[in-house]
Amino acid sequence: MPSLILRTATRYLIALLLLFSVFLLLRGHNHPGGGFAGGLVAAGAFALYSIAFDPGAARELLRVDPRSLIGAGLLTALGSGLPAVLRGQPFLTGQWTYLELAGGTRVDVGTPLLFDVGVYLAVLGMTLTIILALAEE
Amino acid sequence: MPQTSTPSPSAEARTVSRRSGLSAAGAVLCALLAVGFGVLVPGSAAGRILRPRLSWVPSLDLDLTFHLDGLSLLFALLITGVGALILIYSGGYLEGDPRLGRFCGFLLFFMASMLGLVTAGNLLLLFVFWELTSISSFLLIGFDHEREEARDAALQALLVTGAGGLALLAGLVLLGLIAGSFDLGTVLAQGETVRAHPHYPAVLALILLGAFTKSAQFPFHFWLPGAMEAPTPVSAYLHSATMVKAGLYLLARLHPVLGGTEPWMAALGTVGAVTMVVGGVLALLQTDLKRLLAYSTVSALGTLTLLLGLGTRYAVTGFLVFLTAHALYKAALFMTAGILDHETGTRDVERLGGLRRAMPLTTGVAVTAALSLAGLGPLLSFIGKELFLEALLAAPQARTLLIAAAVLAGGLFATVALLVGYRPFFGPFREPPRAAHDPPRALWLGPLLLALLGVVLGLAPGPLGEGIIAPAAGAVLGQPAPVYLALWHGFNPALALSAASLLFGLAFFLAWEQLRRALSHGEPLARWGPAAGYRAAVAVLLRSASAVTRLLQNGYLRTYLMMTLGTVVILVGYPLVTRSLPPWTTGQLDLRLHEGILCFLILAAALTAVMTRSRLTAIVALGVVGYAIALIFILFGAPDLAMTQFLIETLTVIFLVLVFYRMPPLMRRSSPGSRLRDALVAGTVGCLMTALVLLAIGIPTHPGSREFYARESLAAHGRNVVNVILVDFRSLDTLGEITVLAAAALGVYALLKLRKEEPGKEVPGEERTEEACPR
Repeated sequence: MPSLILRTATRYLIALLLLFSVFLLLRGHNHPGGGFAGGLVAAGAFALYSIAFDPGAARELLRVDPRSLIGAGLLTALGSGLPAVLRGQPFLTGQWTYLELAGGTRVDVGTPLLFDVGVYLAVLGMTLTIILALAEE
Repeated sequence: MPQTSTPSPSAEARTVSRRSGLSAAGAVLCALLAVGFGVLVPGSAAGRILRPRLSWVPSLDLDLTFHLDGLSLLFALLITGVGALILIYSGGYLEGDPRLGRFCGFLLFFMASMLGLVTAGNLLLLFVFWELTSISSFLLIGFDHEREEARDAALQALLVTGAGGLALLAGLVLLGLIAGSFDLGTVLAQGETVRAHPHYPAVLALILLGAFTKSAQFPFHFWLPGAMEAPTPVSAYLHSATMVKAGLYLLARLHPVLGGTEPWMAALGTVGAVTMVVGGVLALLQTDLKRLLAYSTVSALGTLTLLLGLGTRYAVTGFLVFLTAHALYKAALFMTAGILDHETGTRDVERLGGLRRAMPLTTGVAVTAALSLAGLGPLLSFIGKELFLEALLAAPQARTLLIAAAVLAGGLFATVALLVGYRPFFGPFREPPRAAHDPPRALWLGPLLLALLGVVLGLAPGPLGEGIIAPAAGAVLGQPAPVYLALWHGFNPALALSAASLLFGLAFFLAWEQLRRALSHGEPLARWGPAAGYRAAVAVLLRSASAVTRLLQNGYLRTYLMMTLGTVVILVGYPLVTRSLPPWTTGQLDLRLHEGILCFLILAAALTAVMTRSRLTAIVALGVVGYAIALIFILFGAPDLAMTQFLIETLTVIFLVLVFYRMPPLMRRSSPGSRLRDALVAGTVGCLMTALVLLAIGIPTHPGSREFYARESLAAHGRNVVNVILVDFRSLDTLGEITVLAAAALGVYALLKLRKEEPGKEVPGEERTEEACPR
């Protein structure tokens, strides 16, 4: 029987951890972080949930099968290389544009970000596929 | 197509009609291609060579170049022309079969490979198409893949021609290196250089090996009769008109470069003559129409090889005429055999007879094609045979022997012709398994047209000779060759030899039953034949493969680890010791207190992991090592690395706990001997890594690389160089890595689930994991 303290803490921690993982993903281009680290943190969050409650609860929380996440991640990463091909450049050449946010902040967005999202999803999917399968043994 | 659903009858009928429409569409496509190639004939007769070029991989200077001269054109016309008729025939032969679509797809795939092969303008491109024909014919021979015989035959054909293909690749690469180019035009102009080169014998031997396996020359002939497991349209197309002639095409194509020398003549002459006789004799042993025809094809291929070996103008002209005639009549005969099989339910010569009243049209086609096979009458093959005999009469060496072989082979051809074209249709009527009648139009159209074409071209050979054979002969000989084909050469020695061989053939036919019985006494000899050699070789291959697998993949994680680490130690350690490398340490050791504590922590945790008797303790100790290393990364300014290391370490601990949680406590410890060995391996690897790290510190980084990355990563809209490298500069590598990870994750998942679904079964991995876990 897992402890009440762990369960209660996990309910709050998981939101923080997931938020942190997205934060890592987004800041990765300029500061330590990135899709790989972000995906691992997110996987850690779900692993914690699966320990505090049970693997079935973690699956419910995730809503999608982690194996689908692997496919989605790989497809996203692959797809991020295609705009360059359409423009006649080598596969995976970065394509950039920028957004003007309210308040005059300029944010660069480009296909490498999409690629990193793909890495994030793929890493999350792989890790959870193994962890949940092991935990259900 | 798998029959998973049961559609309504009308839908079924619609799909069937749509499928037969598919074969018709394929036939139209081929016919259009044939017409297209036909349009090129006048230009080729005028000596023009088309060399279209398509850019393929410009960065590697690799282009799709094609070379379309008289020889290519002759083959292209045969491939597309016969192909169109075969597709029509397939539509009839496989009517209502749900697999017709797949069949037509394979057939068109094969046809495209073959067309590529005969028009390739680059040696490497030629090889690619060569292999594609092997693969597509594998699919076609094994089309009835539910039957074991078909699978074996397909594998046999693939292995034999594939082995030859490897030799051919080596030969072509050598040839290209000697000629200084892989471009066919350039290579063809380098004949003198190549023939004088010291490596010429090796090139010749390797290329001949490729050609002989593909064209079923003795002792590689055995795969061709085996390939008769294929549906009949495939036999008619691949094993008469096209694929088996790929080897001959290659020999003819490279004749200006490799031909005319003493070894060339000796090899082609000997192998060709032996194949010619062996194929003919073995044909007499067969009662299955298709196998009968297959062995006579082997014999014909031997004849063609022999002609190329002679290499005179007569011989080359004879080669081309005989090749054309053979493609026409042999395809027609195979299709006739298919009709007999389809309509009577058997293709056993002994069970067929007197069918002429029931199948008048088929009889006409079979008789005409069989006359061609015998080399009789006003037919194209008669001209080919005359040229063959005349070329032999002018042969420089071993004339008597070759003529005797040719007369014998001619006689055997005539016997096969009688067995195929006379016996099933005339003589006493034998009741076939099914009531026989002429087939639907789709089945008789192809063989009829081919048989008629043999007659028309025999009566009026002029245009064929000047328009197609002459430019082709020019391409084979490397110089323009005037060709005037005529049906009647007058009363000459060749005609006398022809008549003699026909008499032999008639005698063989009349005494066939006795001959066959007499020859079958020799069947024990097959135990030492090449087919037995093939089987033995495959058996040895399989045995040694499983021995190697048992040795390397024995299921013990410990063995795998030791092999991997041992390889690393040898491959990395050897140059480290033998080569003079820059000195290791530079500067003095500047260890601060907290760094020292960290190092001590790592050492203590590592020792604990090794010494403890509890799994959980070992896991925690390993985790401590990992976290301490991450701390070192932070101390030395690699935050990205440290963060990843922390996360990986956390997840590893979770993984290990999940894996080991349910396992029994460590019961036995391995013997002192194996512990010593493990310690030795681990210690060596550790020392090696230490040496490598010390060495790496000593090597200065490339000057300016730091500035380069700083500058370029800003250009790539990022300030974190590590991440910019991962997702932009080297994103293709990252893509590859996450794909590998995905495959690994799915592999782990599959292993776990596989075990779960077989609860009753003893899992062999259980005990091994026990031994492999950290102690």
